[in-house]
Amino acid sequence: MSSTTIRPGSFETAWILPYKGHVGMWCLIAAESSIFTIFVVAYIYYIGKSLSGPTPREVLEIPIFATVCLLSSSLTIHAAVSALRKMKIMAFRLWWFITLALGAIFLIGTGREWHHLIYDKALTISTNLFGTTYYSLVGLHAFHVTIGLLGLTTILVLALRNLVRQEHIKNVDTFAMYWHFVDGVWVVVFTVVYIVGR
Amino acid sequence: MSSESMALTAVRESSPSFGDVLTSWVTTVDHKRLGILYILFALLFLVIGGIEATIMRIQLLVPRNHFVSPQMFNQMFTMHGTTMIFFVAMPLVFGFANYLLPLMIGARDMAFPRLNALSFWLTAFGGLLLYFSFIGGNGLYGAGNAPDVGWFAYAPLTSRAFSLGHSTDFWTLSLLVSGFGSIGTAVNVVATILSMRCPGMTLGKMPLLAWLNLVTAWMVLIAVSPLTAAQIMLCLDRFLGAHFFDTQAGGSAVLWMHFFWIFGHPEVYILVLPAFGIMSEIVPVFSRKPIFGYPVMVGASVAIGFVSMTVWAHHMFTVGMSAYGNSFFAITTMIVAIPTGIKIFNWLGTMWGGKIIFKTPMLFCTAFLFQFLCAGLTGIMLGAAPFNWQLNNSYFVVAHFHYVIVGAILFAIFGGFYYWFPKMTGRMYNETLGKLHFWLFVLGFHLTFDFMHIPGLLGMPRRIYTYEPGRGWEGWNVIVSIGAVVQGIAILIFVGNLLYSMFEGKLAGNDPWDAWTLEWSIPSPPPEYNFAKIPTVFSRRPLWDVKHPEDPDWEYE
Repeated sequence: MSSTTIRPGSFETAWILPYKGHVGMWCLIAAESSIFTIFVVAYIYYIGKSLSGPTPREVLEIPIFATVCLLSSSLTIHAAVSALRKMKIMAFRLWWFITLALGAIFLIGTGREWHHLIYDKALTISTNLFGTTYYSLVGLHAFHVTIGLLGLTTILVLALRNLVRQEHIKNVDTFAMYWHFVDGVWVVVFTVVYIVGR
Repeated sequence: MSSESMALTAVRESSPSFGDVLTSWVTTVDHKRLGILYILFALLFLVIGGIEATIMRIQLLVPRNHFVSPQMFNQMFTMHGTTMIFFVAMPLVFGFANYLLPLMIGARDMAFPRLNALSFWLTAFGGLLLYFSFIGGNGLYGAGNAPDVGWFAYAPLTSRAFSLGHSTDFWTLSLLVSGFGSIGTAVNVVATILSMRCPGMTLGKMPLLAWLNLVTAWMVLIAVSPLTAAQIMLCLDRFLGAHFFDTQAGGSAVLWMHFFWIFGHPEVYILVLPAFGIMSEIVPVFSRKPIFGYPVMVGASVAIGFVSMTVWAHHMFTVGMSAYGNSFFAITTMIVAIPTGIKIFNWLGTMWGGKIIFKTPMLFCTAFLFQFLCAGLTGIMLGAAPFNWQLNNSYFVVAHFHYVIVGAILFAIFGGFYYWFPKMTGRMYNETLGKLHFWLFVLGFHLTFDFMHIPGLLGMPRRIYTYEPGRGWEGWNVIVSIGAVVQGIAILIFVGNLLYSMFEGKLAGNDPWDAWTLEWSIPSPPPEYNFAKIPTVFSRRPLWDVKHPEDPDWEYE
């Protein structure tokens, strides 16, 4: 029986399949993209359809500083993963901490913007269609940033306790994919909310 | 035999206490146990959904009936639809995928076992949440408490103004929670298939069931997520006073329809593709031939995975879309028929010239072929926009989609039940009872759903609580209701057969069907680790190669 499994030209080469963490994260990103697409479609569909004010042009200011922080955090997390790949643990911790700080600055920026809109401009989720779509789309993104910050913090704590080593490169890399995705979504949200929608 | 079953009983008696067994099932991350949990959960809800259907059929048996109140009737069709799609069909599909995929691709478990358990429990709690509405969803006095907005819950009926109390909240939260479960399972299925295959099993050598579940999982990721997004919006509307679907504030009710059907139509394919997978495993084994046109089958499945994403608005022809919109969705709907037709010819080509063995699984698959063809034909009728304007929201539509979901999907799943029952339990089912189940179910199915087309053509709208006498609908409704009773009896025989055979059936051995895929190479039921030694495969039918070393498949593929 076992002789039947001998076949000319069989497995001299190794049997390598994609890493399951990467595949799983790509799937999650596909599903998340689909969710964000629906919210973006709703946002675009309702641009200019509010029956009452305030309008985006009256109240929205372009959050340039927060955007720069979030987008540069993609570069710093990439630097962190590269450092881990080269076994530079201290550099990894430093870049990882900078990523966390940049993400936190972004989230604080969103919080300040919301505070301003709610208390100074009297715009809430139930004020008009703009409020409904703005808070839900930006809020959905901010929720993803929050999840990302929790993940970043977890890995930072593990790194400070010397528990992140080179064999964890794939896990860390998988998490970095999520963070890149959150940054990428912000490019879309920013374009739709602050450029097209204004 | 008897000494062996006695020995088994003895082992059971000396085995751990009930509490330990319960704990081991509740905390399990084994894909086989989770698969069985999914299936048992689905069977429980199948009975509940069936009872709801029976209540509706009793109410519609005669005109001006007062068996249940109009409010109760609305709750019944809402709960029946939601239960059958989200808590019967989806868990059955996921249950089979969970149980079979690692066995068929030569893996020891799914890619993410703990995510797998989380997904199951999310689905299970989603179902409990839906039914908790009977207790917790207080509504208007006398208006009952379960959701009564229909399974697609069109706006603005779901707004706070028209849906008081918490019944709709339970509905939306339940679908949100179980939707996360579905997405988790889909992530798991894709990662398992792409990253866990045994050596030699290239994508082109995978069993077709794995291929079809791969396409299904992709569709779950892309199509169930919009439902999740729409449910988040509905939650925001109901809990925080947002205006997504609030027409008073400029919101759009049609937007909800689009969002729902962007999920709702691909959902049909999410359910039917795994049924195709079951067909593609059973038909070759019982025709004693390899599947006809494997690459075309894969291509057609992937084509369905893409084309079926572009057809959703054929549920909305009567909403008043532009002529271009109507034409686009009518044409894409027709195009789906092409890859689907290819599949039917492939199964026929597999049976053609084969030594067909009509055991119960094959009987169900043969009926599937015929009934799925009929369902597809009425689907094409309804896909033609002008015809749809006449018949939308009539019983013709109800008959059409039950023909798909019962006549095709449920028949294939019954076939799958009988085919893999020996693998799951280690014992054979009773063939006589199986055949009785088949013939009674075929009879009941055709009585109900063939004749349901006719009152639809005669103008009977769906979701009406009762109707006036003298419209020519009475006789048809009696036949439809009688068929429902026959189906109910058949299901009872099925459940009885499963329970009886689980304890008293003949021992099955590893490979009762002389089949060709990897799950039949290991003991029944499989050990927790599945494969003592991870197999290496060289063709699409690894067990054929082992059984016929003089004429292995890999010489031809």
